[in-house]
Amino acid sequence: MIAGETLERTVINVENVKMNFNLSREKTDNLKEYVIKFIKRELHHDPFWALKGVSFKVEKGDKFGIVGLNGAGKSTILKIISGVMKPTEGDIQVKGSMVPLLEMGAGFDPDYTGRENIFLKGALLGYNRRFLEEKFDEIVEFSELEEFIDVPLKNYSSGMKARLAFSIATMVEPEILIVDEVLSVGDAKFQQKSREKMNSLLDEDATVLFVSHATQQVRIICNKAIWLHQGELIAEGSAEEVCDLYEKWIREN
Amino acid sequence: MSGNITGHRFLYNFRKYKFLLYQLVSRDIKIKYRRSVLGIFWSFLEPLLTMIVLTIIFSTLFKRLGVENFPVYLLTGRLIITFFSGATMAAMRSIRGSAGILKTVYVPKYIYSLSAILSNFVTFLLSLVVLFLVMAATNAPFTFYIIFTSLPILALLFFTIGVGMIVATVNVFFRDLEHLYGVLMTLLMYATPVFYPAEIVPESFRFIQDYNPLYAVIECCRSVFLYGKIYDPYQLLFALVSAAVAMIVGLTLFYKYQDKFILRV
Repeated sequence: MIAGETLERTVINVENVKMNFNLSREKTDNLKEYVIKFIKRELHHDPFWALKGVSFKVEKGDKFGIVGLNGAGKSTILKIISGVMKPTEGDIQVKGSMVPLLEMGAGFDPDYTGRENIFLKGALLGYNRRFLEEKFDEIVEFSELEEFIDVPLKNYSSGMKARLAFSIATMVEPEILIVDEVLSVGDAKFQQKSREKMNSLLDEDATVLFVSHATQQVRIICNKAIWLHQGELIAEGSAEEVCDLYEKWIREN
Repeated sequence: MSGNITGHRFLYNFRKYKFLLYQLVSRDIKIKYRRSVLGIFWSFLEPLLTMIVLTIIFSTLFKRLGVENFPVYLLTGRLIITFFSGATMAAMRSIRGSAGILKTVYVPKYIYSLSAILSNFVTFLLSLVVLFLVMAATNAPFTFYIIFTSLPILALLFFTIGVGMIVATVNVFFRDLEHLYGVLMTLLMYATPVFYPAEIVPESFRFIQDYNPLYAVIECCRSVFLYGKIYDPYQLLFALVSAAVAMIVGLTLFYKYQDKFILRV
């Protein structure tokens, strides 16, 4: 019974995930070089394991932090969870709708107006027309871009673009939100607002996956955390515990 | 909705992302014409103007060739070849071109290749209006059979999707294809009787036409648009079989290698 309940509550299940990148010393992406290297037997690949067998579970409503240095495999695990990459080995199960809040600019068309981009980006996140039409006013209002909504995006400032992206990604109230260190969006006023929005998402039962190399934000936002180092899981537990261990390790090295 | 990310969930995905497909196709078409004064009319004007130029050149230079109604003959062939080369070229670039998005958000990758082909197909369908106008202007026969051209055109679409998937996949791994492909398309244009009559090709080279699925489609359309007759069913059958083969090869190749795309673009 209890086992069944935990299974119910698990929204992300990562099982022994390994990710191998074949890092060729030089990128061979054309036929001529490929043939020459094949003949000269120079097609070496240096196997690089970005993840060396990582397992963890995220339960519904968890604010789950992933800490670690650059190159620890944080982004790789996010990309695997969001389905962008497939792991070399291991298994991933995800229950519920997922919205990645990473690299805000991706998916916008510079020649399109703000209005058109809301639909384009919304479609990219897997939402249908009816849903986006319902949410349209809310998105525009939150982004404070009413005056500019029919202006092509190439005339937007980078702050305006980020505001639009943030509004689209969070207005849809996903069940799982993936955040890659992007809480500083727009000017101070909008930052305040986006923090409040994040907080309200945090209060609700949305599951949040938060990646950072700074422990400060992880301590504030998360209740659970893992620490990755060079593709291996070093520690797992409550956010405070993991952050303490991680900070201690940083001080010692 | 629950789903296993690593599992195969084609139908669920297609339903979820068909609005994206629609958005991408309409974006391609809108952006293409947005900053031009005549807008979408270029879809009509461009083939019309090219046809006039080519008609003037070829009908005066090769008067003895004896193709009746050269404008319709030319336009039928040229619209089909232009669609095929434009669409496959766009599909070829589709995966590399959307690398930024494919690396950040999960989207079924074929949506990008498919949308590149479909937006070219919409332009192709619009340009058929020009063909009908030229047919009317040159007293070409309008018959009931025109409805049946939808079959070879459907074969053309699926053949193009199949080939598009193949070149999209290959181009991820071998970038040279982008340079080579333009030359291949020029070769195809000249190897297919588009602006010369099929009969001028020597007997020993006829096999180039016989085994050319695009020429089968062109032949089907020409019998209807030019002569008002129903096409040879074997031509249609050949076009349909070629389309099926291209689709099977294209989809197999694409699905086999799509997980490696992210690591290569």
